[in-house]
Amino acid sequence: MGLKFPIFMDAQSTTPCDPRVVEAMLPYFTEKFGHPASRNHPFGWEAEGAVDAARAKIAGLIGARDPKELVFTSGGTEAINLALKGVAEMYKEKGTHIVTTVIEQRASLDSFKRLERQGVSVTYVPVQPDGLVDVEEIRKAITDKTILISVMFANNEIGTIQDIPAIGRLAKEKGILFHTDATQAFGKIPIDVEAMGIDLLSCTAHLVYGPKGVGALYVRRKAPRVRIAPMMDGGGHERGMRSGTLPVPLIVGFGKAAEIAKAEMGTESERLAKLRDRLQDMILSSVEEAFLNGRPDRRLPHNLNISFAYVEGESVLMGLNKETALSSGSACTSSTLEPSYVIAALGASAELAHSSIRFSLHRFTTAEEVEYVGQRTIEVIKRLREMSPLYELAKEGVDLKTIKWKAE
Amino acid sequence: MAYSDKVVDHYNNPRNVGSFTKDTPGVGTGLVGAPECGDVMKLQIKVNLETGVIEDAKFKTFGCGSAIASSSLATEWLKGKTVDEAAKIKNTDIVNELKLPPVKIHCSVLAEDAIKAALADYKDKHAPATSGVASK
Repeated sequence: MGLKFPIFMDAQSTTPCDPRVVEAMLPYFTEKFGHPASRNHPFGWEAEGAVDAARAKIAGLIGARDPKELVFTSGGTEAINLALKGVAEMYKEKGTHIVTTVIEQRASLDSFKRLERQGVSVTYVPVQPDGLVDVEEIRKAITDKTILISVMFANNEIGTIQDIPAIGRLAKEKGILFHTDATQAFGKIPIDVEAMGIDLLSCTAHLVYGPKGVGALYVRRKAPRVRIAPMMDGGGHERGMRSGTLPVPLIVGFGKAAEIAKAEMGTESERLAKLRDRLQDMILSSVEEAFLNGRPDRRLPHNLNISFAYVEGESVLMGLNKETALSSGSACTSSTLEPSYVIAALGASAELAHSSIRFSLHRFTTAEEVEYVGQRTIEVIKRLREMSPLYELAKEGVDLKTIKWKAE
Repeated sequence: MAYSDKVVDHYNNPRNVGSFTKDTPGVGTGLVGAPECGDVMKLQIKVNLETGVIEDAKFKTFGCGSAIASSSLATEWLKGKTVDEAAKIKNTDIVNELKLPPVKIHCSVLAEDAIKAALADYKDKHAPATSGVASK
């Protein structure tokens, strides 16, 4: 087999740049280096034209009516910060309450924490065991002070795709703004901000085979016209919402990535879903007590998240990491030293949160890689279970919940 | 985070994985940690009842690579030691040997706890009540 190691199967953390993206970017580092805000000479015009073209491609991928509705940022984190803090600041006279979910990514949760310190109240709606939010729970959380609903489009760990159109309709019905963190969904599954009633949408280039360091926030201009307070003071770029010289090469790359994603999404997602399903079948058919996380029929096509009872996630990664890059919800692999709050939110035991492994496939994943990673994962799990006191106890018929554990 | 060579070696070639039957004479068992914390270690010693020397030791660990390495190393060190010598193994010895980073120190603490728990279990089962007092 022509396998090349290490195999990258961690594409929900980042993706490699598509060579076509790099090719499109290159001239903008050297000969086409102009500042897009230089209005009085050809260097500026050329750069502005390139930025406009990229903006139009990104707008096209999410069904935005007007490319001007996109504000470039340094990435998904900044887009999310700008959306949440920008809306909270701009609409504070109208209300000080936000509704969100417990499984949002850290950029959202940490922005909410800061807003809470500033007097904003935030309701965190739980998710069901399948990872989906019940839209009625969001409805119940809304008060007359609610100014914003913020729900991620698809989850970064379990890939679960929320019922975005239903949430959009609810927001419209209540006259509340709706932001969605689409960093994981953008370019992977169809998004239409008009049909889905999305008022603000965060996305990033590096998860769709574009460069790191650039993202965008979609800010609706009509019905309703959404306004946000800027976080960055400066030259008033991006219609005053985000000052700072635009990174033209990155934006050109982002545009190219969006263009490719739009053209190839159909065939690519079909191919990845097949490979993902193969990996899932392989593992679940040969490993007992392996639990699929997230609702199977509402998942990103390239995502697979499995909790393996009786083994700890980091030790699984360690058994594979010379040859395969994966990620885990284990506390030992997180910066906070807490196990995955996403898996925990599904109602699973904390042990299963420590035991979750995420496989995320990408444009360049091959069938051979899937076979290899599946086989190796099975071997590593079996080896670690032979070493696991929990597996031994379970095999002896002991119910682990009946043991009084002596934690440190 | 990169692992030290010794952690990788113990992870790839764990020493003394396995179990003794708990009620075998001379066997002491320690089970420490908790599944919800992501670490559980079972460590067992088999003591020669005549000499008081640990003749064999085995472990099973649910936990990260450093936890596996810490318990694997502990079983290596326990073999050949007397029960009293074994009680002197400190978590810091494990940290130094495996070059554990600060975030992994709890793995070594758990291994020390496992050693102590196994020794206590052995003493409970085997040592006459008086010698337990005398050794203090």
